[in-house]
Amino acid sequence: MKPARKQRLLLIGLMVVGIGAATFFALKSFNDNLMYFFSTTDVVAGKAPKDALFRLGGMVVKGSVSRPGDGMTVRFTLTDFSKEVPVEYTGILPDLFREGQGIVAHGKLNGQGVFIAEEVLAKHDENYMPPEVKASLKNNDASMEGK
Amino acid sequence: MFLIPDSFVRFFHRMASPPHFYALTERLMPWLTAIFILLVGSGLYGGLYLAPPDYQQGDSYRIIYIHVPSAWMSLFIYTVMAAAGAVGLVWRIKLAEVVAISSAPVGAGFTFIALVTGSLWGKPMWGTWWVWDARLTSELILLFLYLGVIGLYGAIDDKRVASKAVAILALVGVVNIPIIHYSVEWWNTLHQGPTVSKMDKPSIHVSMLVPLLLMALAFKVYYLIAMLQRARVEVLQRERSAQWVRNKFFGTAS
Repeated sequence: MKPARKQRLLLIGLMVVGIGAATFFALKSFNDNLMYFFSTTDVVAGKAPKDALFRLGGMVVKGSVSRPGDGMTVRFTLTDFSKEVPVEYTGILPDLFREGQGIVAHGKLNGQGVFIAEEVLAKHDENYMPPEVKASLKNNDASMEGK
Repeated sequence: MFLIPDSFVRFFHRMASPPHFYALTERLMPWLTAIFILLVGSGLYGGLYLAPPDYQQGDSYRIIYIHVPSAWMSLFIYTVMAAAGAVGLVWRIKLAEVVAISSAPVGAGFTFIALVTGSLWGKPMWGTWWVWDARLTSELILLFLYLGVIGLYGAIDDKRVASKAVAILALVGVVNIPIIHYSVEWWNTLHQGPTVSKMDKPSIHVSMLVPLLLMALAFKVYYLIAMLQRARVEVLQRERSAQWVRNKFFGTAS
């Protein structure tokens, strides 16, 4: 390779590596701000902001959804399989909201440690399958549990 | 260079010559078009008709047959553009500069489609059109990078200088590509994690995966067609005073 080309290639390589390193450190220092939501463990540990709106993400615990009162208010528990946080929400839930589904709620904690949500978004998982496959998976699970 | 066979090097040297490129792509175009129609036809038929509905989303999941290949293409085309830009910078190959700038509008289009289809799907499924999570934001930045490349190229009259400026901008933006890809793993996002690239266990049923891959191939071929057509025009524009262009369009006179 001619020296001039070698030099240009080297310069470009250095530029890309330099920008990569700079971005890496910038993202690392902003890491917490780039998180879209807090996990339930963060909330229980007191890492989430008090008296301020934030987002809470987790899995809806199976069997925890209840509708006390007029039916527009929903109570359920979110978990990240380590700590649980109770959530209360009044309004229309998205299509994908169901027990065992990941969701992201926007709201704040009240005095009793209950998360009062103003908005609930469903977080879709990355699994795609036909209903029949899901049904047979469920049957397998059931027969496994039965043993 | 001694590692690469001579015939291969010769092929690239010939490809880099504008008249040869112009003639070859002219012959290639009907074939590419036929392959594209075949792929997109079978992909759409498989995806919209043969593939079963999803166990949770019903038929709405079918937007992935446009959304996912578009998003893949937005990353792929950017990488091609930056690589071609780098080749243009280092080896001063005119054709590489042409490929780089011809890729930008196609890539911007795919990025836009990925953003719009994702938004349309997000409203019924997530419950919102748009959120500022890491995946969505970094993809939006990608669109702005493409637009920046197009704008910068248009703003400089000397196209060889413009190509250098554009290549540097494209190379700076390359840092965004791994960020987009890994954003769903590095940070909590509303956007779900990767489905297809997960090697340990396929999380998409094969009857849904095959049409998706067909569509991805179809989009790749479409990119080739669109990029080459733009490149042909760009080559003609740059070489307008060259002898081969005169010969081709005005006969041997002049």
